[in-house]
Amino acid sequence: MSQNLPALLIVVPMILAPLAALVGRWRAAWVVALGASWWAFGCAMVLLQRVRADGVIHYSLGGWAAPTGIEYRIDLASAFVAVIVTTIAAIAVPYARTSIQQELSDDRGGLFYAAFILSMTGLLGIAITGDVFNVFVFLEISSLSAYSMIAVGRDRRALTAAYQYLIMGSVGASFIVIGIGLLYVTTGTLGMMDLAQRIPEVMASGQGDRTLAVAFTFLTVGITLKLALFPLHLWLPNAYTYAPSAVTAFMASTSTKVSVYLLLRFFFTIFGEAFSFGEMRLNMVLMPLALVSILAMSLVAIYQENIKRLLAFSSVAQIGYMILGISFGSVLGVTAGILHLFNHALMKGALFMAMGCVMYRVGSVRLDRMAGLGREMPWTMAAFVGGGLSMIGVPLTVGFVSKWYLVQAALEQDRWLVAALVMVGSLMALIYIWKVVEVAYFQRRDPEDSVQEAPLSLLIPTWVLVAASFWFGIDGTTTAEVATQAAQTLLGVMP
Amino acid sequence: MSDPGTMILLALLLPVVGAFGVLLLRNNPNTRETATLIAGALTFVQVWRIYGLVRAGETPTLHLLEVVPGVDLSFTVEPLGMVFALVAGFLWPITSLYAIGYMRGHHEENQTRFFFFFAISIAGALGIAFSGNLFTLFVFYEFLTFCTVPLVTHHQSEEAKRSGRIYLGILLTTSIGLQLVAIIWTWVLAGRLDFVEGGILAGTASTGILGAILVLYVYGVGKAAVMPFHRWLPAAMVAPTPVSALLHAVAVVKAGVFTVLKVAVYVFGIDLLQDLATADFLAWAAAATIILGSLVAFSKDNLKARLAYSTISQLSYIVLGAMLANEMGIIGGGMHIAMHAFGKITLFFAAGAIMVAAHEKKISRMHGLGRTMPITFGAFLVGSLSIIGLPPAGGSWSKWFLGLGTLEAEQVGLLGVLMLSSLLGLYYLLEVPVKAFFFAPVEDDGHHDDHGHHGDHGDGHDPSAFVYGSMREAPLPSLIAICVTALATVGLFLWPDLFYDLMTMAVGR
Repeated sequence: MSQNLPALLIVVPMILAPLAALVGRWRAAWVVALGASWWAFGCAMVLLQRVRADGVIHYSLGGWAAPTGIEYRIDLASAFVAVIVTTIAAIAVPYARTSIQQELSDDRGGLFYAAFILSMTGLLGIAITGDVFNVFVFLEISSLSAYSMIAVGRDRRALTAAYQYLIMGSVGASFIVIGIGLLYVTTGTLGMMDLAQRIPEVMASGQGDRTLAVAFTFLTVGITLKLALFPLHLWLPNAYTYAPSAVTAFMASTSTKVSVYLLLRFFFTIFGEAFSFGEMRLNMVLMPLALVSILAMSLVAIYQENIKRLLAFSSVAQIGYMILGISFGSVLGVTAGILHLFNHALMKGALFMAMGCVMYRVGSVRLDRMAGLGREMPWTMAAFVGGGLSMIGVPLTVGFVSKWYLVQAALEQDRWLVAALVMVGSLMALIYIWKVVEVAYFQRRDPEDSVQEAPLSLLIPTWVLVAASFWFGIDGTTTAEVATQAAQTLLGVMP
Repeated sequence: MSDPGTMILLALLLPVVGAFGVLLLRNNPNTRETATLIAGALTFVQVWRIYGLVRAGETPTLHLLEVVPGVDLSFTVEPLGMVFALVAGFLWPITSLYAIGYMRGHHEENQTRFFFFFAISIAGALGIAFSGNLFTLFVFYEFLTFCTVPLVTHHQSEEAKRSGRIYLGILLTTSIGLQLVAIIWTWVLAGRLDFVEGGILAGTASTGILGAILVLYVYGVGKAAVMPFHRWLPAAMVAPTPVSALLHAVAVVKAGVFTVLKVAVYVFGIDLLQDLATADFLAWAAAATIILGSLVAFSKDNLKARLAYSTISQLSYIVLGAMLANEMGIIGGGMHIAMHAFGKITLFFAAGAIMVAAHEKKISRMHGLGRTMPITFGAFLVGSLSIIGLPPAGGSWSKWFLGLGTLEAEQVGLLGVLMLSSLLGLYYLLEVPVKAFFFAPVEDDGHHDDHGHHGDHGDGHDPSAFVYGSMREAPLPSLIAICVTALATVGLFLWPDLFYDLMTMAVGR
């Protein structure tokens, strides 16, 4: 059984998803979802351990070896992303039990959890597959279920948000499938390792190199749309704002992260650093976009009155940090990018969950409705401050660890201005976090509008993430080592 | 218990334990304050024991954990850190004593939160003093920033909110925007962050780049309040006076100048500093701050605001000492950390006592108050002498060595700046006790600047006040604290060896 673990990671949740839809009732569907997410979490942890100990895992589905069959190929980066997705899922499902029930109409429980499990499965599939067409299939599975999860929100605006996301997401997916098609035309293969071998040959032969460049461009645009890099982020703020709290927390922490992983996979493993950065001069495009993303989106975030929306814009800015790291094209830079995948998942998950607690009690996350919450909901707001410290990058939080590597990568290449702009981004985070702190702690709440602290079933998952964001900030050696090794593998630099 | 590592850990944890003791005993103010005092006394004993080790020539170290590969959270006590730790450790229990009288006499709210964060801040200050590398120092530097915010914004008023913005804004902008960049740059260049005698940066890059890093460090340490990053200090004066006293005359600002000294001595090294053109520039920037700070202090009628600008001016003495890049300058700067702390805390104590007992904040309304508050104004006189640098107060020694430093660096201009600033201080500080003792009282137009909530206590019927004959002084605990620090200021003139010896060890003589 343990050899089949890569398949079981995908297959078990895939089977459980329709089961959740069939049982229909809230409690039962929730138990199924809990089982699926914790199963996947366990598998992902075991896989990560195994990859760290023995190196890359190859698994041929049905015993058909690649390139004939589909191969699952799990290296350190895949396993790390799988762990991120499943960790957040395993924490989000217990959280969803209380929060979703309040935010959804009664008859949709089974469908919601089915969509949730499918979305997680799709994300996991992208992370571990070694076949580019398989990537597209899983991408669609996760996206379609994500659209529906957003659309179930009670707020009518969730429907338009989901529709917007559907259109934009489908455009992105089409770009990706066109890119994959062009790759297949020029190389005749879909396996990632095969592609990595054939692409330099095609380039050397001089025939089809222009097609390759076009394929590369289609893929880049398609994936950056999925990961919401400025200026292709337009779908994200509405989707995150109007989706149910648990969905926002899960999606913000996982789906864009997996797209970043996909970008890494295509740039480094499949096309190779020489092609992406040497031939196509990717850094010339990505670095300015990432910087604009960091600065402009942080600035927009400062002016938001709806805190979920504020956090959504902040997410776009944070994605900028990841892309910035990647755009350096160095081991340190990619390490920073990969580290920030994990670190940002923890802190943004915690922040969105804290806002979910506020939503649960107050019924709104608008700033003017949050006056005096520091006194009324002390644990919720403390969690928000804790996550906020990470966003600012205060030492001994995960945010600091990311920034440490990112600035180091910039200074290593003597890019002083970039290092300075990263710091400006942190300070803008200070402004938008402090804005909430001021309202929550310095204003008094209208006594008639008094609220209670959120229930423990919401607080515990929130605080698990907050604690993790401190834990991995105080002892960041493990995550930093994994990220460094993953970056070395991606760049083909052996330690 | 006697293992050096454990001793460091204990010194850092005792204030934290005390803080949670305060939280547990919140329902009984008397036992709550006892917890603070006991924790303070025990912390000082612990710091004193560590001092015993340092004096014997040992360097107690404690390695806690690795945060990211190659970067540790670790502590090393060397003589310079010992100076700061002794000052902070000694003045915390004294200030607590003062705070008990002040907070009750002034009817402040949320006293439990106040004493809790007060204790936590001391842990932060000791962490800075004992830090074994730049990373650890930065961790506790930021820690201190964050845990003093609730103290600065204690009144939760609109004004407090504005001050909180300025305070956090400036301190974090400088520390994250400049200091952290400098630290990471140091790491990229030198591959290490620990403090080494003679520095770690020498020869790693051109003097141009190293000079730029030095500028990032000095301006990045916003707590040192070199202009133009000084605005947070007057803003923070909205806090209750004990906070201003301990944190903004001792712990926070001294953490800043201590960082500057530490970076100068152990990251750059005196030899390297002498080669950097920017060190000269920074010395003059500090000189400008000294003069401008004094001039602004002149124009302030609010006593606490005047003291705040005096602090800004005095802090730059220490920055100047570091930038002189010679042994005398470093010795003078290090001693000034201690001397200024004792002098300035006495002044703040006195200012707070006047607010509690006579409800006055404005200097122009303090005429003749010396007759009812002779002890307070007497202490103010002693503190002023120390800040100006006159005998018989400790400040004269540090200014002496700083003066020697300017001469050794052949910077007669800077010596002139020091003299001029002392002259200015002579006027703007001594004005207060002189007017209080010798001027006739201003006519009472019934207006009392009562600083807040309880105007009905304005006529001195406060039962907590200390009344003796015609004297009407601040509550007894506060009065005792004032006397202790004033006497210590004089004591440091007679016996400055404690800090002098430590500083000679620090510069390796």
